This record gives sequence, C-alpha cells and structure tokens, in this order.
Amino acid sequence: MTNSWTDIKNADIVLVMGGNAAEAHPCGFKWVAEAKAHNNARLVVVDPRFTRSAAVSDYYCPIRAGTDTAYLLGVINYLLTTGKYHAEYVKHFTNASYIVKDTFAFNPEEGLYSGYNAERRTYDRSSWDYEMGEDGFAVRDLTLEHPRSVFQLLKQHVSRYTPEMVERICGSPKDKFLKVCEYIGSTGNGEKSMTIMYALGWTQHSYGSQTIRTAGMLQLMLGNMGVPGGGVNALRGHSNVQGLTDIGLLSQSTPGYLAMPTDREPTLASHFANRDFRPLQANQISFWQNYNKFYVSLLKAMYGTAATKDNEFGYAWLPKIDKVYDTLQQFELMHQGQMNGYICQGFNPLLSVPNKNKMRAALSKLKFLVSIDPLETETARFWENHGEFNDIDSAKVQTEVFMLPSTCFAEDEGSFTNSSRTLNWRWKAADGPGESRTDTVIMADLFLRIRDLYAKNGGAVPEPIQNLDWNYVQARNPSPDELLRELNGKALADLKDPTDPTKILRRAGEQVDGFAQLRDDGSTMSGCWIYSGAYTEAGNMTARRDNTDPSGLGVHPKWGFAWPANRRVLYNRASSDPNGKPWSARKQYIHWNGSRWVGPDVPDYAPTLSPERAAGPFIMNAEGVSRLFARKLMAEGPFPEHYEPFESPVANVLHPKTPTNPAARVFKGDMEVFGTAKDFPYVATTYRLTEHFHYWTKHVKLNAIVQPEFFVEISPDLAREKGIQNGGWVRVFSNRGSVKAKAVVTKRIPVLKVDGKTVHTVGMPIHFGFIGETKKSFGVNTLTPFVGDANTQTPEYKAFLVDIEPLASGPAVS
Amino acid sequence: MATLQSLDLQRRSATSGTPPAARKTLEVAKLIDVSKCIGCKACQVACMEWNDLREEVGEVTGVYDNPHDLSPATWTLMRFTEWDNPDTGNLEWLIRKDGCMHCSDPGCLKACPAPGAIVQYSNGIVDFVSENCIGCGYCVKGCPFNIPRISKADNKAYKCTLCSDRVAVGQAPACVKACPTQALVFGSKEDMIAHGEERVADLKSRGYDKAGVYDPAGVGGTHVMYVLHHADKPPIYAGLPLAPKISPLVEMWKGLTKNVGLLGIGFAAVFGFMHYVVNGPNRVSDEDEQAAAKLKGDGT
Amino acid sequence: MTGSHYRDEPTTVSRYSAAARVNHWVTAASLILLALSGLALFHPSLFFLTGLFGGGEYTRIIHPWIGLVLLVSFAGLFLRFWRLNLWERTDNVWLGRVRAVLAGREEELPEVGKYNAGQKLVFWGMSILIIVLFVSGVGIWRSQYPFLRETLGIVIPIDQQRLAVLVHALAAIGAILIWIVHVYAALWVKGTVRAMMRGSVTGGWAWRHHRRWLREEVGARTPRRPAE
Repeated sequence: MTNSWTDIKNADIVLVMGGNAAEAHPCGFKWVAEAKAHNNARLVVVDPRFTRSAAVSDYYCPIRAGTDTAYLLGVINYLLTTGKYHAEYVKHFTNASYIVKDTFAFNPEEGLYSGYNAERRTYDRSSWDYEMGEDGFAVRDLTLEHPRSVFQLLKQHVSRYTPEMVERICGSPKDKFLKVCEYIGSTGNGEKSMTIMYALGWTQHSYGSQTIRTAGMLQLMLGNMGVPGGGVNALRGHSNVQGLTDIGLLSQSTPGYLAMPTDREPTLASHFANRDFRPLQANQISFWQNYNKFYVSLLKAMYGTAATKDNEFGYAWLPKIDKVYDTLQQFELMHQGQMNGYICQGFNPLLSVPNKNKMRAALSKLKFLVSIDPLETETARFWENHGEFNDIDSAKVQTEVFMLPSTCFAEDEGSFTNSSRTLNWRWKAADGPGESRTDTVIMADLFLRIRDLYAKNGGAVPEPIQNLDWNYVQARNPSPDELLRELNGKALADLKDPTDPTKILRRAGEQVDGFAQLRDDGSTMSGCWIYSGAYTEAGNMTARRDNTDPSGLGVHPKWGFAWPANRRVLYNRASSDPNGKPWSARKQYIHWNGSRWVGPDVPDYAPTLSPERAAGPFIMNAEGVSRLFARKLMAEGPFPEHYEPFESPVANVLHPKTPTNPAARVFKGDMEVFGTAKDFPYVATTYRLTEHFHYWTKHVKLNAIVQPEFFVEISPDLAREKGIQNGGWVRVFSNRGSVKAKAVVTKRIPVLKVDGKTVHTVGMPIHFGFIGETKKSFGVNTLTPFVGDANTQTPEYKAFLVDIEPLASGPAVS
Repeated sequence: MATLQSLDLQRRSATSGTPPAARKTLEVAKLIDVSKCIGCKACQVACMEWNDLREEVGEVTGVYDNPHDLSPATWTLMRFTEWDNPDTGNLEWLIRKDGCMHCSDPGCLKACPAPGAIVQYSNGIVDFVSENCIGCGYCVKGCPFNIPRISKADNKAYKCTLCSDRVAVGQAPACVKACPTQALVFGSKEDMIAHGEERVADLKSRGYDKAGVYDPAGVGGTHVMYVLHHADKPPIYAGLPLAPKISPLVEMWKGLTKNVGLLGIGFAAVFGFMHYVVNGPNRVSDEDEQAAAKLKGDGT
Repeated sequence: MTGSHYRDEPTTVSRYSAAARVNHWVTAASLILLALSGLALFHPSLFFLTGLFGGGEYTRIIHPWIGLVLLVSFAGLFLRFWRLNLWERTDNVWLGRVRAVLAGREEELPEVGKYNAGQKLVFWGMSILIIVLFVSGVGIWRSQYPFLRETLGIVIPIDQQRLAVLVHALAAIGAILIWIVHVYAALWVKGTVRAMMRGSVTGGWAWRHHRRWLREEVGARTPRRPAE
C-alpha cells in the first residue's frame, strides 16, 4: 500500500477493482464502510463477478476477467480527452514533460515496442529511455507539446482505448464504463481523492504488473498519489506477506528490496556500479544513492566480524543468481528432475502452484521433502491416494517426506507487517500443541546441525555457512526480540555526526534510530534497512499500542511502526503543490511552513528542503518525479498495453498477431497444454471466499460449517444452456485436468458480450483440498495454467479457459 | 441459559402478572444495517464460538446460506437473496442476518405454557430458560419470525439470547463484537433508532428513496432492528415479514380462549352445584318403583 | 326377575354389560387425565397440575399418548352405542321441554328410550369433539412431525399448527363442558351411577327416566300380546 488501511476513510471515491476487499479483507473493508459513512464516499466496483464488495457498492460495472489493463487505459484516455486530469500535478510531479529517445517506438498493429527479440521472448530495452541533455540531465518540455514528450506519447498510446474499444475488449457496457469514468474523473482536481484497492485479481495475470502500473499512472493523472484517501493500495493476502517480501524471501531480492547479486556481478564494486542512481535533474535528490550503505549494513548483519572492507564485507558468499528462482521456476526444475530436495515452510504448493498434476509429478521426483507447518498440508500428503481427489500410486513414490510441526501465529511472539507496511508486534497467546516448535527454533536447529556437519566433514563452499553471524543468547532459540533488533540495526563503532564530528550520534553497540544513520564503511549493521527505526534504543516501536490520531486523518503515528521511517502515506510531499502549498484545504497533509515540511505524518522528503530548490517530490526516483513512462523497468514495455491471457476466449482485437504478453516466460511443455477457445469456450477465474483463508481454515470446524464444500459458480444462462441444476454436480475441465464440483447457479456471474461474442464465466473458489474438515476436493489448481507475470512470475490464476458439463453424481469418495 | 441475576424480569411466560422491577434498566437494541453488511459471517462464527455451538458440516446446495437454516446450533444465519431491482435494472445482493428479533410483544412468550421458560428482561431481551422449557414447541407457533428451533437432543427450544449473559455484564453481543464493518451496532434502543435514522438519510442520499428502519409496530417494536434500503419491501430480504404480528389465532388462543374457557368451565361447575342446591336431587319415588314392578309384573 | 316381591328391594333392570362398563371407565379415566394434563398446559394457574404427571415435560410427553388411548376407547363406546343414540322425533319434544327436565318434572316429558335427548347430545357432542381433538392434537404433536413427514409425507404449515392449537383448546373446553353436564347429570339423577358401577338400575329409575326403554326391555323378554 502506498497509503494505509486507516487512510482509506479519507477517500471520496473508493475503486475496488482486481480485488474483492469485502470478501477477502473484511476487517480492512471497515475503512471503506467508514469512508462511506463519514466521508460520504462512493464505492465503485469493477469485477467479473458481482461480489460481496459489489453488494455494498454504489456502482458496479462488469468486466471480462483479465482485461483490466485495457479498461484502465480507457479511463486514462477518458481523462485525457475530457481534460478531467490534474494538469498541474501531471506537469510538475510526473515525467509527462520528459522527452523520450527518438529510437523508441511502439507498433500498434504488432503490439510490440522497439527492441523485441521474438526468439528469446525478451526486449532489448535500451531505447526505452529519456533523451539526455548535454548537461547530463534528462530533457524536458514543460509545455508538454513536444511530440516525443511522455505526455504526447501517452496520449497517442491510449487514444486507441476508446469507450467503444473498452466495450469490445472488456465486455463492459459503454454506459457503465463511462459512468465509472465519471466517478473516477471527479477526483482529478486536488479537492477530492480516490483510493484504489486491488489484490490478486490484478496480480495473478501474465501481465499483472502492467495492470497495477496502469492503476498507478491513473492515480498520477488524477493527482491522487501522496494525498490522504488516495494511492494504489495492494491488499496483501496473508497477515505477514508484506513482511515476507520486505524481508527478501523472493529469490531475486535481499531484505529491504535490495537486489540479489547476479552472476554478472562478481564483486561488490560491480554490483554497485550497475546501480547508478545519479539524479536526472539539477537540484534533485535521489534517495537510492544510499544503496551502498544499506547493502554493506546488510552484509555486516549477515556475516558480522567476518565481513570486512578487505573481503568486500563477504559479498562473495552471497549466491549469484543466473535467473529468477521463483516458484514456477523451482517446480519446473523439480519436474525436470534437476532439483531433488525441497523444504516447504508454511507453504502448500500442491494446491497453490498451478497445474496440480505437474506438481504431483514434480514432488514425486524429489529425494526428500520437508514440510514445516502447523497443519498437515496436502503437499505433505501428496503421496497418499485419496481416490479421485488425489489419484496416485503411493508405491511408486520414492520421496522421503518429513513433517516438522511448527507453532501457529498465536503460539509465538513476533511482528506482522500488514498491507499498510505497519509492523505490529504480537504476543504469544498459547503454547503450541504436541511436539510443535517455533519456526525459528526449527531453522536454528537445522542451521546448527548443518554447520556442525561442515565443521566435521568439510564440503564445497563452506564459507556462507561457517561465516554466518549467529550471535544469539541461545543459539538454538534466537528470540523474536533479538531478531527484530538485528533487522533494525545497530552501531558497530561510535557514529559521529557527519556535520559535526565532535558529536556522537550513537555509541558502539547501540541500536540505530533509523536508516539515515547507516554507513557503508562497516561501522553499522542492519538486517533490513527499511525496518530501521522499528527497534531503537527507545524500545520496540512495533509494540506501541497508542491509537491516538491527533489530525483525525487516520495517521495513528504511535501505533506500531510503519516502514519507511514510520511514514504512513508514501510520497506525501505530493499533497502540496510545487510551492509547498496544499492542493486544497480538504486534502491538506504535508506542506511547507516557510522553514520546514510539516503535517501529521513523517514527510517523504528532506524535512528542511525548500520548495524554491524545485526538487521533485518523488525522491526515490532519480527523476524526482513519478513515471508515466516506466523507462526500462518493466519487461514488456514502458507503457502498459492490452494483452490477452494465455488462454483467452477471443482474439486480441488490437493486434491479433501478438495476442499475449510477448515477454512472459513460458516453459517448454507448458505452451503445448494451453487450451483454445474452440475446445474450452468458457473463461474461468479463481478467487477467495470470505469464510476461508487460503488452504488453512478448511482444517477448522467453524469455517467448515459456514462454507463446507467446493463449488463452481455459473450464470443461469450457461446453466440453462448446459442443463445444469443449481446445487447439482458438474465436471469442469481444462487442457490440464478436470475437477468435479457442485454448481452454484447465480445471477452474480454476468454474461458478457465481447466483440459481439457471448462470453460466459466459470467462477471457482480456491480453498478446498483433500485434507481437513471440509468435504474432500480436487484443488482448482488442477486446471490452472503454468505461466506467470513477465516481471514477477506470479501465476495466471485469474483468467484461463475451461469447459463444463453436468454430472449425474459426485465423485466416488475414497 | 438461566435467568441472570443482574437482569430483572419484565415478563415471564405462563405467569399471570409479573411484578414490576425495582430497578430501571436501559432498553437495549441491536441494529443490523443490511446496507453495510458484507455477508462475511463473522457474526455467525462469533455466535457459535461464544455459545459453544457446532452445527454439522453440511453440503453446498447452490446457495451461500450455510448452514441452510436456523437450528438449535445455529442461532443466527446470513440469508442471501439475489434481487433484480425493477426500477434500476440492477442486480442487488441482499444479505440479511437472521435471528431472534427480541420483540417487545414476544409471540413465543405469549404462547409458552411453561412458567418462566421464556422471559423478557426489563432491557427488552427475550430469553429462553432451558431448565423450565418443557419442549412443547408452542414458542415456534407463537413466533411471527419463525425463529425458535427445538433440539432433537434435549427437546428444548433454542434461539439467539442477544448474548444476555454478555449484556448483563456490560458487553455487546458476540456478533456485534465480531462485525468488521459496523453493520451490527448495539446500544440503547433510543440511540439505535437515532443511528438508524442517520443511516437512512445516508442511504436516501445514495438514491434509496425507500430506505428505512425496520422496527415493526405489530409486535410492539423489536430489540433487533434492521436498516433496509428497501424498507417498503421487507419480504425481498429472504422473507422478512412485511407487517409481522402475533398470529390472531395465537392471540385468540392465548387471550380470549384461555380465560373465557376456564371461566366457562368454572361457571358450568358452579351452575351444576347451584342447580342441585335449588332443585335438589332427582330421586326415584316409591310410586316409580311400584309402577316399574307392576309393569314387570304384567310382563311376567 | 327377582326382588319384585319386596317393597324394600326394588326390581332391577340390567343396563350395561361388564365390557361396556370397563370401556366406559377406561374412557372416563383417559378423559380425566387428558383434562388435567391439558388444563395444566392450558392456563398458567393450573400449571401445578403437571406435578401429577411428573412435571411439565412428562405432562407434554404423556398427554398425546393418553389421547390415543381415549380415541381407541371411545371408538369402542361409539360402536356400542351409536344406534341407540340416533335422533328421534320425541327427542325434539323432550328438548323443547328442557325447563321441565331441569326442574325434574319428568311427568311432563314424553317417554324416553334408553337415552334421552340430553344424553344423545352428550354422545354426539363427545364423538365429534374427540375426532376434532384428535385431528388438531396430531397437528400440534411436534415430536411426531418427523414421523408424519417421513411416513405420510405430511408437513403441517405453521398457520395450520396455529389453527390446530386454537381448535384443540376450544374443542377441549367444549368436551370438558359436556363432561361436566354428563357427570352432573349422573350425580343429580340419583340411581344413575350404579348403572356404570354395577351394570343395573332399579325398575323405578328406568320407569321414571327411561320408561319406553323399560317397556321395551320388559316387552323384549315376553312375546308381545296382541294389541289391547
């Protein structure tokens, strides 16, 4: 989230799209209810289904699953053609005025940008950049008239997305689309703001990142970034999945979104050299110039005294990746037999990774599988025959499976980082059952045994293990308190004030106050720079429970700790105009009082940097402004473009030759099992139900009572066409597998007209498997395609093709 | 649920006249704002948890209503209705939390033959006291909202208690505590009506001209009220009664019939006694015997 | 016939067989138990009567089963007596002179057969009310709803249940009122009770109250002579 849960109450328009907040985030949704009740907000929902969110919305517009990019580009086109965008904001706070290189091109007939390599399915992105002036800064044209200005290029790019085109692609009736545009357009003025709440409905596509980017661009056009009640707000699906990404559990990043070294960066110097964060404008601040300080502090946290200036702080001991090792890549390797051991910690891939049959085949090739989990997952029991639900010959599986029972969240203390980027400390409520141990104890035990084995027997590349700093009071049980202190970081030597060397900021051994105190000379350590400030000498900031809100704007500055620097709304400098004056009294947040930036929140800016210096508000970008044109940062292009899902019921009306994301990675064998509309005419989409949480709560009786069994949802029209009875059994099948389910026939699944063709949707909740209190089921990932987003590799769960037929009876229960 | 020491009774089933309580209690109410409800069923789960109820894990039958009906183990239930609004042409998904309405004039209490099996506290909550319940099911017949359910296990009637045990100690009902969107709120009836009116004004500003608070006068008002977007059409919300009142059949049974009937029986008995006193016994005389003997003699 | 020779020992006429008497008293007992248990649940002031049956729950459980006993038992009485209770023209005359009946001036009444019009009304009234009580009773016999639904496919809508309780109550009141008339009549008209206790009445009783029956009884024993 750029903003926070509590900030949503300041919104005038709440756009829920690519998510179903009422269903999947009911507790967070209270802030939408709050905005409606006390800020007279209007809730607009755009979704392929009439969801629980739609049930309490002021306006609902249907959309075909997977066409959100086209829809949002259509809205941007509407703003540009009607002039309902925030012109001043766009001019000063975005890169609209930047001139793009003349080698950059987009071919609307082909649907491709300059630099495409069809064989490797990647782009050479060198042309996707600004024209640089002789002064070393990017060239701008503040009139926005230059034909190669980002503004003009964008205008031209989105001009194809007329309301008529949106209707042809998305199946959203033109009048409804325009009504939504009207709601959205009402906020492009600084007086009102719109928040966008999205979740996996945008993420889980082969072009999900681009859809989310389009939303970001839309908010920039409206001037809704950095203001109360604005922002692009990702609703994270787990209580601590924000913490997971923050702490670098994705293979391509280290903690705090620093980069994992690649094999082209053998030395720390080369790693740093690849990250040139020099400002692109005079007077600009480019915050990422501090990258080296964070990186060295991270290495010091990892290797302690073994990390010295001479050995580049142990950089050599970090793995150097040749490619991204995301989940799909891992299971592809496992399926090929190249990966033969796997540790699942709080992970149930048999149900959560696409193509269950491929998953089962992959797991069967492992030598060992470890499941560290409070629950008995389907993955841990993949070898067990459950009749139709998990049809496997156990005798043929040679994988040795270890189940290490761990405690659940209530049986351990620690911090959760929620969608608002706020770390909330939680306390232990109960002891874990049986032989369960906390995840840290299990990991510590494992680590210490492996380290002993290296010490005893030696082995290849022992340094990363041997040199790991393990300085905990109890080596076998690092406490959550110690771990958070380590993430925050501390001074390893006395830290002198750079402006006044006689002053000591922090004595050696003291916790640092924030990332501003981190150094690149090895005198500080911090396990995760963005968490710096979470545990200072003043104590555990995440354990603060003072919910006072002096401004009444939902800031709650003394509740927990929000990264970075306890900031609740990111880019909040942008809530004031270039002169530092609030855009409007209604949306006043951070402004310049003549000597410093003040407001209820921590300014996302140098606190005393005068507006006269005209530095842009987006200090994390080298430009100082936000990007409507993404430069080289996205895999499939600097502007978003509409691509169809890899399985789509219709042709891409814009460029039939490039229907799908040209930069998405598809493994051999997976392309072949994509189905076509001829054989599988219906759009399938998967989703969560409010009664369940992923694959966990099916183990809980209460949840099972309120939602007991797997089902699929179809429209009355499709049911009639297929002779399917409400509550009757059906078989749903894709080119990868087949599941049986009860049918829920509901008007909540709209039937769409897409480019003259009737498109039916089959909706499928994900929560059911063959272990637990709910009725046994197959797992919807039996059907889903094995392809991910071109940038994040998040699997395409939200739009694929299936067929459906009625059944006389249900599956044989084993 | 036993009667609670800290709550005074205002009414007691099958009891002729309940003396007024010495203490004054605030009349309470739960307001269910249907327009804010997202159907998350947190209230249902909270109810099951607080009251230790576990229904069987059921099946999908084509609807989201799970369990499918109220039961001795399901005291509150989300009922989902897909309704095409003929005025706008739009689909509306109406989600109503069903459960005891805690009527001011409770039909269950009126129908109950067991003294003290159903009580109404002075705060308005209508509670079933299992130890006094005889399992006749008359409460079911008395209720205009189809709420009480009789357990197969112990043959006693069960329904929402409005968490009288929590309310007695100053806590809101479990369902209210669990509601994430404040679709459920709890407080004094007066405050709840005022809050409801505010909500109605908000809904009217959003085009719901017929929005209103559902506090049906036919049962003397209720202590569970609804805010409805379409207050002119309660039945579209999964059959919420338009103008609920205790069935006239039940009223007649437990009103006129009960008292006049008993009076009539008493009167008949007294009439007989008086007749005897006035007329004396109807005896057979000697003449009768002789006449009979003669007749029989004639016959022999 | 014996005893007719002694003035102090009136002649007797047999009125009820032993089987009929047993049948009657089973019916009577059922009816009394039903009245007590029914009234206990009917009016709060009589709830204490549930104590006779072991408490409210047992009262609720037992009452309908006694009702079934009553139904069967009364059916026996009905089959025994229905012919004798068929309405006759003289019954209208009798009814028209009900003041004389209440005053005990039976010489003003037409000669009555085995049953007078009042008795016949009690008979038919009870017959009808017991059927009504049975039907309405089934309608509120909640514990048998599953049985009704599963074996007979009968589901009783709530409004019919409500009607059933009202009808049951009204019918029960009617039945109790008739019962009061019946019992009072038996007590008021001396010599009646022995008919149901010993099976016989005195000749005088029969002469006074059911003269035509007496004549028929006597006539039946001796071949009637030609008309005088």
